[in-house]
Amino acid sequence: MKDFSQLKKNLKKDFSNLKMLKIAVLGDTATQFLIQALRGLGYDNGFNLEIWEADFNQIERQVFDLSSELYEFKPEIVIVFQSSHKLLGKYNKIKPEQHSLLASNELEGIENIYSSLSANLNAKVIYYNYTEIDDSIFGNYANKTESSFLFQLRKLNYELMVFASNNANLYLCDLSSIQNQVGKNNFFHTSIYINTEMVLSIDVLPLVASKTIDLLNSLNGKFKKCVILDLDNTTWGGIIGDDGIENIQIGSLGIGKAFSEFQYWIKKLKNRGIIVAVCSKNTESVAQEPFEKHPDMVLHLDDISVFIANWENKADNIRQIQSILNIGFDSMVFLDDNPFERNIVRENIPEICIPELPEDPADYLEYLYTLNLFETISFSNEDAERTKLYQIEAKRASVQQKFTNEDDFLQSLNMLSLVESFNKFNTPRVAQLSQRSNQFNLRTVRYVEADIERLIIDEESFTFSFTLEDKFGDNGLICAIILQQENSDVLFIDTWFMSCRVLKRGMENFVLNTVVDFAKENGFATLRGEYLPTAKNEMVKDHYPNLGFEEQPNGNWELNLNNYENRKSFINIK
Amino acid sequence: MDRIEILKQINAIFIDVLDNEDVVIEETTQATDVDEWDSLTHIQLVVAIEKHFKIRFTSKEIQSWNNVGEMLNCIQEKGI
Repeated sequence: MKDFSQLKKNLKKDFSNLKMLKIAVLGDTATQFLIQALRGLGYDNGFNLEIWEADFNQIERQVFDLSSELYEFKPEIVIVFQSSHKLLGKYNKIKPEQHSLLASNELEGIENIYSSLSANLNAKVIYYNYTEIDDSIFGNYANKTESSFLFQLRKLNYELMVFASNNANLYLCDLSSIQNQVGKNNFFHTSIYINTEMVLSIDVLPLVASKTIDLLNSLNGKFKKCVILDLDNTTWGGIIGDDGIENIQIGSLGIGKAFSEFQYWIKKLKNRGIIVAVCSKNTESVAQEPFEKHPDMVLHLDDISVFIANWENKADNIRQIQSILNIGFDSMVFLDDNPFERNIVRENIPEICIPELPEDPADYLEYLYTLNLFETISFSNEDAERTKLYQIEAKRASVQQKFTNEDDFLQSLNMLSLVESFNKFNTPRVAQLSQRSNQFNLRTVRYVEADIERLIIDEESFTFSFTLEDKFGDNGLICAIILQQENSDVLFIDTWFMSCRVLKRGMENFVLNTVVDFAKENGFATLRGEYLPTAKNEMVKDHYPNLGFEEQPNGNWELNLNNYENRKSFINIK
Repeated sequence: MDRIEILKQINAIFIDVLDNEDVVIEETTQATDVDEWDSLTHIQLVVAIEKHFKIRFTSKEIQSWNNVGEMLNCIQEKGI
C-alpha cells in the first residue's frame, strides 16, 4: 500500500479522464490530510474526486442551514467524520448524571444530520464510526457501568449499526476496525493531535482512505463476485497427487487447522453470494476425491460453481471459468500459494485481483482479512442461492448441446416470467442488480434502494421487474426497466439492465413485448432508447437496432409503436 | 552522526515530502524561506524525520524551532 507522501504525489497527475465524483467532507477535527489521501488514492482507483471540505467543526451549521455551501455544492456523497476525541470532550463537559445519556443523545444528533441530508440532497452518506478510547476511570468495571465513557462509546457504535441497517442511504465506514488492526499507538499520534487537531496519524491515512474508497468502489458497481481457488497448499496442505487423500493436511493433521479455517472463510463467502470456482493443476478425479470423501473437508463439490482441474495453463483455465460465469475479470480474485502461477496469470490477465499470499499458510487468513476484498453495499436472500444458479447454468449448457435448433431448445425449457412493478419486496434485489450489472446495461445509471423507493411513488416513472424460471430452476429477478414519461406521446427508456445469466433466452424480446403492450394501453406512440457506452457494456451496443429501433439524428433510438408486431418469444407470463 | 550528515539526510526528506528536487536547506533556513513548507507539511516533515531517525519529538519541541539549525539541535539531543 502506498504511504501518504506517495498518495500526495498523485495529486499532481492528470485526473481529466477519470470518473468524476463530488464528495463533501464534514469533520469535527482537521481533515486536510484525509482529503489529500482520499483524492490521491482515488486517482489509483480511477476516480477524479472533487472534494469540498467544510471548515472544521461546522457540521451542524452546514447541515441545518439549507443555504450553506454544502447544499450549494450538491455532493453525490457526504462523508461525516465525528471523532472519538470530540465525543470524549463532550462527555467530559456534561454533568455526571447525564453521562449515561451520551450515546442516545449523540445518536439523536446523528439521526437529525442524516435526515436533513437525505431530505435535501440526492446523496449517499458515509459515517465514520468511533474508534475506542478507554479513559481508564473505571478500569474493567467500565464494562458494567453504563455511565462510563467506554460503555457509552461502544453503545453508540452498536446503535449506529442498528440505525444504518434501517436506512438504506447510510453507510458506516468502520474506522474502529482499522484501529483494531493497527493498534491505537499507530492510529493516533499524540503530539500531532495536540499541535494540529488531527486525530489520524500520517501512517494511518492511507488505510482510512482505502476503507472509504472501498465503499465508493462498491457504490459505483465495482466489487468482487468470484473467488478462484488453487487446491494443493492453498485449500489443503500437501499435494493430493503425491501425498494421497489420507496425508493431505486439513483438520487435525499437521498444520491442517490453518487450511480448515481458510475453508470456513471461503464457505462463509459462498454463503454470502460470492461464487467459488476451483482452478488446479491436477487430474480431475484425484482433485475431486477429497471434496467427496475426506471427513474434515469443509468445502464440498456443491459449494463450487465451476471446477476445473487439468494440466493446461492456469490463465487459459481462468479464461474458461470467466466465459462460463460471464462476469468481468476485474470482479474475480485468484488465490494460489505458488508465486510462479500467480505471475503467469497476472501477466496474461492483468485485470484479475491476485493477492500475494504469505509463505506461511498460518498467515493466509490474517493477511486476507486486511485486504477487505469483498466489500459490498447490499445483501439479499438471493445472494445465498447464487452458487446453485451457476451450477444449474452449467447443466443447462450441457442440455443445449443436444438441440440443433435453438427455438426447439428454448421451447423445451418451459420458461415463465413474473412481471411486476418495483415494490417493497423486490426493491433490495432491483437495487442490487442495478449495482452489479455492467455488461447488459444500456445507460448504467446506478440506483440504490432509496432511489427505487422514490421511483415507486413518482407518477411520471413506470417500472418493471422480470423474473425467469424454467424446468431446471428459478433464476429469480433478472431484469429491470425504468420508463420516464417525456410527454403524452413518448416514453423514454431510462434504464434497461439484465443479468448476463439469462442471455440468449429471448428475454429481450419478451421484455420489449411487455413494455410495448403497456405503452400502447396507456396511449403512447413512441419508445425512445439511449445507449451510453462504458468500458464494459459493448455487448449491448446494437441492442436497440437489433430490436427494430430506428436511429435518430441525436444518436438516440426510437420505436414507432403503431406498426409494432410482437417479437418471437418462448417465455410465458407467470 | 555529524551535523553535516544529519543536514544532508534531512534535506533528502524535505525533497521527498515537499516533492521538489530543488529544495536546498541550511542551518538558517526558516519555514518562510521554502514555498511548500506550511504548517501542514511541517507535520509531515516532523513525522518523516521521526521515522527516519527512529526518534520521537515532544509536542512542545515541534512548536519550538525557529529554523533548521534548532531542529538539528533537537535531533542531536536525542543521541543521533
